[in-house]
Amino acid sequence: MTEEKIFFDNASTTRVDDRVFDYMEPYFKINYGNPSSLHDFGGPPKEALDKAREHAAGLIGAKEEEIYFTSCGTESNNFALWGLARASKDRGNHIISSRVEHLSIINPLKEFEKEGWRVTLVPVDKYGFVNPEDIKKEINKDTVLISIIHANNEVGTIQRIKEISDIAKEKNILFHSDGAAAAGIIPVDVNKLGVDSYTFTSQQMYGPKGAAALYVRKGVRIKPLLLGGIQESGRRAGTENVPAIAGFGKACEIAADEMDKNITYISKLRDNLIEGIKSRVKNVKLNGHPTKRTPGNVHMSFEFIEGESILLFLNLEGIATASGSSCASQALKSSHVLLAMGLPPTIAQGSVLFSLGKYNTQKEVERVVEVLPPIIDRLRKMSPLYKE
Amino acid sequence: MIMYGKKVMDHFMNPRNVGDIKDADGIGEVGNPVCGDMMTFYIKVKDNKLDDVKFKTFGCGAAIAVSSMVSEMAKGKTLDEALKISNKSVAEELGGLPKNKLHCSNLGADALHKAIENYQEKQKNKK
Repeated sequence: MTEEKIFFDNASTTRVDDRVFDYMEPYFKINYGNPSSLHDFGGPPKEALDKAREHAAGLIGAKEEEIYFTSCGTESNNFALWGLARASKDRGNHIISSRVEHLSIINPLKEFEKEGWRVTLVPVDKYGFVNPEDIKKEINKDTVLISIIHANNEVGTIQRIKEISDIAKEKNILFHSDGAAAAGIIPVDVNKLGVDSYTFTSQQMYGPKGAAALYVRKGVRIKPLLLGGIQESGRRAGTENVPAIAGFGKACEIAADEMDKNITYISKLRDNLIEGIKSRVKNVKLNGHPTKRTPGNVHMSFEFIEGESILLFLNLEGIATASGSSCASQALKSSHVLLAMGLPPTIAQGSVLFSLGKYNTQKEVERVVEVLPPIIDRLRKMSPLYKE
Repeated sequence: MIMYGKKVMDHFMNPRNVGDIKDADGIGEVGNPVCGDMMTFYIKVKDNKLDDVKFKTFGCGAAIAVSSMVSEMAKGKTLDEALKISNKSVAEELGGLPKNKLHCSNLGADALHKAIENYQEKQKNKK
């Protein structure tokens, strides 16, 4: 391979920003102390946590004492569901969520059902939108918690969170939102959104893996998921991953500062990629909403062919993408998000997700637009479903 | 990382015998796009041997490589020999497949066998 590799899979994770990496470094070999220690080694790591909390809170318009650091988005979502539900179980046993949630919401909810909770997953329309009215209809006297994803990690659809939180508030029901694919990417203000808790994660915003956070509005009761020491005010025990959390804080600071610039830059790349592909390949469909989508999301279905084989050929060209095809998943199941949106199975099978980030360039977009059409053509000529 | 071996990748990138046969003596179709993979095999029979084998496949890398390998293994064989090509032997010839892709190798041999059965039925009806 002579050309540079192209990373169009920023929805899976992102490259760590150089400034974040440099900022983290002292916390491995110099300021390696435990932030809970009373001696001098505990000082700098404790300050790093405080600073990170300030920036994490700043990114989403929260107060510092409302931020709890965790190890990943999955942990934050589990913490929110279990913690909020267990703290409210004297009031009822019903949870409402949607069919397009991340697996770190969907799979815990299956456990809830086994433990006797009732769970309702509301449907979505063809763009992946939850209709707030559908949530309203499902609320009953036992409903204690509603959990709706903010921006979808697969198709990029941005939900009308405020409308849903208004309904929750009116009925005095707790409202969690999974913002893993939103925070640091689009503007987030937890007070304007009206959420009681909110998940956000470092590795989606050019920070390191191993750090994330759960925002919990002041005054909201939540039970800890991990029990042990009194780290994170006793709500999340376990020695803090100081280098990762420090890096996360830095990533939050940079994301807040450069949000507008990034959105403008990445959206332009996204629109150029969509237009480029559409102009060169027939029988393609953009999945998700044409405009109400995250800046870097290009989720497309190529008719008559299967996504994993497209992904493989792109990979041979050094281009990294993802697919919602069942063949491309370890579980061999088509994406539940695409099926919930009512995509016919053949269209879901032929889907490819190109997710762009701030390190991608127009040159890379142009190269993908060049390389892709012959791959699609080649696979279609092999397909029994395709008639020229 | 996609865990395909060298031989699988070779057959995926350069599949042998892709296409259809207009006046095929037998056609076999298995799978459907809903479950992920779909294969159609076309055969031409001469003196009880597979004179030509072609295929079309909708599916993942493994499905394409399996189709290609089956077509190559079958070409030139007698019908009885070709019917003995098993899912296992195809996977072995390909140097193994990831565990969760083994079901793809099932489809390949099945599609070929179906094409042969289709031919044999047509012959019966002629008599």
